[in-house]
Amino acid sequence: MNTDAALQRYLLQLGDNALILGHRLAEWCGHAPEMEIDMALTNMALDLTGQARALYQRLAELEGKGRTEDDIAYLRDAREFYNCLLVEQPNGDFAHSMARQFFFDAYNYALHKNLTQSSDEWLAGFATKALKEITYHLRFSSEWVLRLGDGTETSREKMQKAVDDLWMWRHEPNILSEAEEVLAKTGVIPHPDAIKAESEQKVADILTKATLTIPTDDWAQKGGKTGLHTEYLGYILAEMQFLQRAYPGLEW
Amino acid sequence: MQTHDLEKNFQQKIDAEVKIEPKDWMPDAYRKNLIRQISQHAHSEVVGMLPEGNWITRAPSLRRKLILMAKVQDEAGHGLYLYSAAETLGAGRDDLVMDLLNGKAKYSSIFNYPTLTWADIGAIGWLVDGAAIMNQVMLTRTSYGPYARAMVRICKEESFHQRQGYEIMLTLAKGSPEQKAMAQDALDRWWWPSLMMFGPHDSESTHSEQSMKWKIKRKSNDELRQAFVDATVPQAELIGLKVPDPDLKWNEKRGHYDFGEINWNEFWNVVKGRGPCNKQRLDARRNAWENGAWVREAAMAYAEKKAARRMKQAGEEAA
Ligand SMILES: [Fe+2]
Ligand SMILES: [Fe+2]
Repeated sequence: MNTDAALQRYLLQLGDNALILGHRLAEWCGHAPEMEIDMALTNMALDLTGQARALYQRLAELEGKGRTEDDIAYLRDAREFYNCLLVEQPNGDFAHSMARQFFFDAYNYALHKNLTQSSDEWLAGFATKALKEITYHLRFSSEWVLRLGDGTETSREKMQKAVDDLWMWRHEPNILSEAEEVLAKTGVIPHPDAIKAESEQKVADILTKATLTIPTDDWAQKGGKTGLHTEYLGYILAEMQFLQRAYPGLEW
Repeated sequence: MQTHDLEKNFQQKIDAEVKIEPKDWMPDAYRKNLIRQISQHAHSEVVGMLPEGNWITRAPSLRRKLILMAKVQDEAGHGLYLYSAAETLGAGRDDLVMDLLNGKAKYSSIFNYPTLTWADIGAIGWLVDGAAIMNQVMLTRTSYGPYARAMVRICKEESFHQRQGYEIMLTLAKGSPEQKAMAQDALDRWWWPSLMMFGPHDSESTHSEQSMKWKIKRKSNDELRQAFVDATVPQAELIGLKVPDPDLKWNEKRGHYDFGEINWNEFWNVVKGRGPCNKQRLDARRNAWENGAWVREAAMAYAEKKAARRMKQAGEEAA
């Protein structure tokens, strides 16, 4: 894989992570445990969808094939999506949604902080802007992990179960794809070890502070970065892409 | 001062267009009336998130998805803002929410209709936010200060929503034949419920007369409805959609549109809970509340623990 192809694939990885997680967060809209949480979740969904849009636009520009951001979002099938499996996991209860968010944010924050130093000017600029949003996301999700972990007996049980249930998906963001290998060598993306160390430290800190037990089974399920997804993604896309598929080629 | 004088004084202030503020004396019925109206308004904002939220995950483009999310989030903000206004009258937010969940409090019946196609998102913005604006612009001049100020802020966002909704309709109306049919179908289904949003005829409205005297309301239901029809019919014509009312006709002499009679049977049915989505909407809010109880409890317990730790630390430092 040459650098151009790697960068294009990488933009998809980032964009798909943002789009799919944004989709999941938006599913909470109108149903969250309290109004303030409802607004915060929708806010994060807005941030992420906005990020996906910027990334797809950049990709469309780089590949120069006349595709639009919407073609990229709405006209690919599951095997051509490259988000990590974590973000497509169902919302479950609020603890599950917060565990998913926290694991992802811990990684995403470390990543974007380092991406601001990217040798790719566009990517560095994008990361600088996105980092502000992701900083807020990480604060929100880590605060909720703390509240739920160190809250009541019930909430602690639920939070622990969510951490245990989602643990197997947590590692994939830090396992490099072929595109990431190529880009790490040329300084387009940061050295993966730095991100891994920082995000794992954050996860360990918060879980400990939240009086939760850190799972010991470190088996890591991967596949998303090569387009091998869980069964959930197909349903997400069926819903998300419905109008574009049912009425192809129209303006909305 | 005797109650009688207080009341006289109060009405004089109203007549002189002086805003009533939370600490001012007010008749009990004025307070109750306002709490009812403001909380009903707040509930409408919150329940209104559901029919539109229904299309966020299916929005046809990323741009539309962002706009829709931002709109629904605005409505949540309106809800919170209005609950705060009701709290200045001594009502508790949790109590008001409980009234909604146990069916004691009402919310706008319009949200008991389903959003079946994407065009419904356009129709809601255009017609429902449009109808809401008619009412809310009037309320920016309502006699109770906090409510009036809340409305000023909310109105700005609502008119934004209205334009975005109309723009969806415009895009569909000039799109493919299927899209145009989708837009027309949405107008057909949302037109009459939108007219119902203004409530019963003035002659049938129980709260109207007193509300006008207290300047909580400044225009009657029928006046507002007429203003909405007059403003909206030309907008429909402009994009080539047909308002589903055979009696609709410009009346030169009145300088207004004449329009057909609302199906009041349907109106009262939906008000009383027999609409297509009353049960789903309330169930959704109840589920959110009940499933969220452990989360809210955890947050409270955590805050208490944190405060206790801080106290203990402060004590140790002092010692
Ligand atoms: Fe609103
Ligand atoms: Fe609105």
